Amino acid sequence: MSLEIQDSEFDIVIAALQPNLTTFFEAWRPFFSRFHIIVVKDPDLDEELQIPTGFDVKVYTKSDMGVLGDTSINFSGHSCRYFGYLVSRKKYVISIDDNCLPAKDNGGLIVDAVSQHMSNLKTPATPFFFNTLYDPFRKGADFVRGYPFSLREGVECMLSCGLWLHNADYDPMTHVVKRNQRNTTYVDAVMTVPLGAMMPVSGINVAFNREVLGPVMFPGLRLRKDGKHRWDTLEDIWNGLCAKVVCDRLGYGVKTGLPYVIRSDVEAGQALESLKEWEGVKVMDDVLPFFQSVKLSTTATTVEDCVKELASIVKEKLGPQNAIFARAADAMEEWTKLWESHGAQSS
Amino acid sequence: MATTVTAPSPSAPSTPLLKDELDIVIPTIRNLDFLEMWRPFFQPYHLIIVQDGDPSKTINVPEGFDYELYNRNDINRILGPKASCISFKDSACRCFGYMVSKKKYVFTIDDDCFVAKDPSGKDINALEQHIKNLLSPSTPLFFNTLYDPYREGADFVRGYPFSLREGAKTAVSHGLWLNIPDYDAPTQMVKPRERNTRYVDAVMTVPKGTLFPMCGMNLGFDRELIGPAMYFGLMGDGQPIGRYDDMWAGWCMKVICDHLGLGVKTGLPYIWHSKASNPFVNLKKEYKGIFWQEDIIPFFQNVTIPKECDTVQKCYLALSEQVREKLGKIDPYFIKLADAMVTWIEAWDELNPSTAAVENGKAN
Repeated sequence: MSLEIQDSEFDIVIAALQPNLTTFFEAWRPFFSRFHIIVVKDPDLDEELQIPTGFDVKVYTKSDMGVLGDTSINFSGHSCRYFGYLVSRKKYVISIDDNCLPAKDNGGLIVDAVSQHMSNLKTPATPFFFNTLYDPFRKGADFVRGYPFSLREGVECMLSCGLWLHNADYDPMTHVVKRNQRNTTYVDAVMTVPLGAMMPVSGINVAFNREVLGPVMFPGLRLRKDGKHRWDTLEDIWNGLCAKVVCDRLGYGVKTGLPYVIRSDVEAGQALESLKEWEGVKVMDDVLPFFQSVKLSTTATTVEDCVKELASIVKEKLGPQNAIFARAADAMEEWTKLWESHGAQSS
Repeated sequence: MATTVTAPSPSAPSTPLLKDELDIVIPTIRNLDFLEMWRPFFQPYHLIIVQDGDPSKTINVPEGFDYELYNRNDINRILGPKASCISFKDSACRCFGYMVSKKKYVFTIDDDCFVAKDPSGKDINALEQHIKNLLSPSTPLFFNTLYDPYREGADFVRGYPFSLREGAKTAVSHGLWLNIPDYDAPTQMVKPRERNTRYVDAVMTVPKGTLFPMCGMNLGFDRELIGPAMYFGLMGDGQPIGRYDDMWAGWCMKVICDHLGLGVKTGLPYIWHSKASNPFVNLKKEYKGIFWQEDIIPFFQNVTIPKECDTVQKCYLALSEQVREKLGKIDPYFIKLADAMVTWIEAWDELNPSTAAVENGKAN
């Protein structure tokens, strides 16, 4: 059931939180050069971006965001990439943080993260039953004994979540306590996140079917002290939980695992500053039980419907607990409007 | 066949973990030559050999191992009429070993499974890895994208709720296999030359609410936490089905673990699976199972265990009632199986009186 996916159906969306992207683009050149690339500059970044030549790149800045008119959505920091999702006209998007470079696999070969994400989206996901040999569609693997035959067709994979070597995506407390710990384990597997199982989706290295999932790929949750470091944010985590609930409801798949990227140390030493007011400690404890128990109605048959319904449930159930949830619900509703007016097109 | 190892390899542990708290249960119908390769890792532990097939045959246990051996005559003698729940001519008989064990932990392995090597070429001490898996918590309520957060070098990722970082007790550790993968007969026939050469360096928790096919070839579990749920069903001689023993146990076990808030891990360790059984023979055994599993899986996916069931035995008995009621309609085999499930619990409680009323955690 492998889909035929062309390079021309992909956009690479890069959020520029730092001005000098030379090293980044040079390292990714072998893998990026055949794609159209959207670079979205953090509206809070003043310096000019430095991007090497030889790429098919379009840069969007704060002034471009003006096309949305008056919107409550805050595109600063890591959230700026979502503007890229809005303006992309491709069916699929791959997005990688600007402090990540291509990783090497266990054999020492440089990993083409883009191709791996494409492969993840091309081959079916298997959310209804866990395959103990992980992705059964991978070469050299298959469904194991005891895997029901009726479930072997799988479903379309809409979201591919990659991982990170070296500087792993930890919360600030873990960064501080384990300041010298680096992720050196390359786990050679892709797997489907089972139906009903929730996971923290990190935005550092993701790819998705924009045409289908676009309406749910929004920057919803902003912490009061949302910052420029990944550990100061939970927007991608919130986004991923919403996306997973919607995928589960509509019968789409989510994969996790390969590809790895290698994430630089640059931020690692500064986590201590974030601890003082880090709201993230408590937020997930409220958020997760909500997502585990939320049930979308059977009348919600599109992603847009699901997002609208989810937004109203968030407002009703989580909103009273913390203003950031009420704002997230508003952002979700706002996003569906923006998506309708600016996003819902493909070429 | 591995050559004899006469001295412990450098990777054998100096103080074996859980030496007096773990039994190794091995079903066999042929011989136990494979133990020679495992000697450096297994010798410190007590073995329970369950001899299937002809009880008059003598199974030679390599010297130096501390073991007890049970053949069919022993099973009949010990269980009397309840022996009917223990399969004959099928490795499902191994669960008798679980029942008679007096230890907290069990590791079970097939007699065609050998020591594998990790990517660096080092021998894998599968037992040690299972013990590590069982002694560290599981994380069934939220999937950690860096897999087992308790592993050295790993941790919980950003977004993982702090209230869940203590984890749940681990009841089962499900290991994997390099070389001959555990495929069903049709897949074996279509891909007779496929070998699993991919070493996936991860242990992970199977999320709550998710079922998986549990293979009994390389399995560890906490007998005190989940033992009574590890019944390997009615297979083999006189039964319409085979090669679904571990599957059945795995589905029952997982549903009960989910209910009781216990965790199940899968992934490392790998063993080297050397023998591909005959796919035509396998097809005959599995045939009914291939069709029945289409109904069995939805059954397990939708089954609910009453809240008041707060022990494994109570959960298991409640499950057996539903098997009888819902799966009994598919084939009378399931009524027999439901009866056998009840017999199993009766036999378990008889042989393990002190654990008959042990609470195993909060029921959901």
